Amino acid sequence: MPTAARLDLVPVAIFAVFAAAPFLASASGAEGYVLSLLTRVMIFGIAAMALDLILGYGALVSFGHAAFFGIGAYAVGILASHGVEDALVQVPVALAASAFFAAVTGAISLRTKGVYFIMITLAFAQMLYFLASSLAAYGGDDGLTLPARSLVAGSDFLENDYALYGATLACLLGAYILLRAVVASRFGRVLRGTKENITRMEAIGFQPFSFQLTAYVISGMIAGLAGCLLANQAEFVSPAFMTWQRSGELIFMVVLGGLGSLHGAIIGAAAFLLMEEFLPEILHAAGFFLNDDLRWRLTENWQMVFGPILILIVLFARGGIVGLLRRGHHD
Amino acid sequence: MTEPLLELRGLRKAYGAIVVTDDVNLSVLPGELHAIIGPNGAGKTTLIHQISGTLSSDSGRVLFDGEDITHLPMHGRVLRGLARSFQITSILPAFSALENVALAVQARSGSSFRFFGDAAQEKALNEAAMEYLSMVGLAPRARVAAGLLSHGEKRQLELAVGLATQPKLLLLDEPLAGTGHEESLRVVETLQRLKGRITIVLIEHDMDAVFSLADRVSVLVYGRVIATDSPESIRANEEVRAAYLGEEEVV
Repeated sequence: MPTAARLDLVPVAIFAVFAAAPFLASASGAEGYVLSLLTRVMIFGIAAMALDLILGYGALVSFGHAAFFGIGAYAVGILASHGVEDALVQVPVALAASAFFAAVTGAISLRTKGVYFIMITLAFAQMLYFLASSLAAYGGDDGLTLPARSLVAGSDFLENDYALYGATLACLLGAYILLRAVVASRFGRVLRGTKENITRMEAIGFQPFSFQLTAYVISGMIAGLAGCLLANQAEFVSPAFMTWQRSGELIFMVVLGGLGSLHGAIIGAAAFLLMEEFLPEILHAAGFFLNDDLRWRLTENWQMVFGPILILIVLFARGGIVGLLRRGHHD
Repeated sequence: MTEPLLELRGLRKAYGAIVVTDDVNLSVLPGELHAIIGPNGAGKTTLIHQISGTLSSDSGRVLFDGEDITHLPMHGRVLRGLARSFQITSILPAFSALENVALAVQARSGSSFRFFGDAAQEKALNEAAMEYLSMVGLAPRARVAAGLLSHGEKRQLELAVGLATQPKLLLLDEPLAGTGHEESLRVVETLQRLKGRITIVLIEHDMDAVFSLADRVSVLVYGRVIATDSPESIRANEEVRAAYLGEEEVV
């Protein structure tokens, strides 16, 4: 299909931009800031893509995906506080813990449908949030500062911001390629089928539950990986990583970028975080004709503009930003 | 006497005080096309739901191919060779016609827990799917999104999907519902070709189709089977005429 071939340029362009960005960052003079912002964008991109697997391809609205952020981040934080600082241990532990949490909560949540599924995933994430808040040994509410970034096979090269950026980019690319394969595979086709018409899938002999649960576990593990990276990027771990607002933001990123396209989730994460970062300054510049007091209030309350912008994009750009790009191609 | 492929024993289903399926006993022989007719509200679709596993039964047993499948979920029954179509078209609208069928082929050939390799490029699946599409006369429309097919084509597609699960018995719930004259002729023609190759239980309102296709006919009235016989005897049956065929159907 020619449209599909043309669309494939979008993910290529995304990865080209992320690959080129460090070189521009070093030219900008504010490289620490640029690198840390873009690393965050990629980390959220990984988590949003993970959510897109179940939300965009399986129509399962998980309102608790930030929990996996937390699991990944706390695996790094708790192990580091006990002197286990190597990512080669931390990451497998994080993935196993995420898979276990996903398998248990998924097996229960997937017995419900629609709004009930949303609520029960939210409830499980909240349980984990309060559990983390009560872990006095690991900072409780205040969180836990990492002594250092994770080692990799004994080497501390991740201390370098460029190296962490590169490692994150590698994870983003790896997650993208993996998920792209999963979606097109036999398994992915069954998952997509359950989104379209679950009764039909049962009527041709599939048991949707086992496919949905497997997708949920895969999704949770990838989001857990993002949590490991987030802990290293922030060099800090806190219950705030898994608030329900964070789960909501992940859903928003996926919808904003375009459901069921994978790279749309990366675009959505980038659009969301960059707008959040720069909207106050844009508003400050755009308010030049206002008096100082009004201008200050506008900048201070930038979220009053942020919210409507998000709503407008979702309302008028069906299929999110990726949908807009696609429409541009057809015209 | 041959063993029946499908046997219903004392099957019952009630919604509160309303008994929808009332002590239904029915045997379907291997290879026959067994039609179930009855006035609107007789409980035909409920019966199909109970046979296919969409609905559970209050009491009674469903025996299929020598096995008690009363408590088996729908997907388990499908894998044993009991497939169904739906009265209201049920397809995957965003998938192409070919992929709709290929997915059903996939269900019967190897594990679907394969996470790598492009399923849409699997030759064996696509070739088999294409064969089933040809069987119902839909091959030229293979690449069209199923949601964009005409109503009659969707009915044919459902038939192809049902066949692709390689059933021993196919339950067809009003395959002609809502189709135009031309389209319904094509579906009847397809059924004619399938007849004898697989066992079919057909629920249908189109009496011309029923009487031209069926080997045996059961008449369901208010949840009860009042007669099971050859089409000729059913036409002549006084009780059936009174209960169902009425004056409008002078046969």
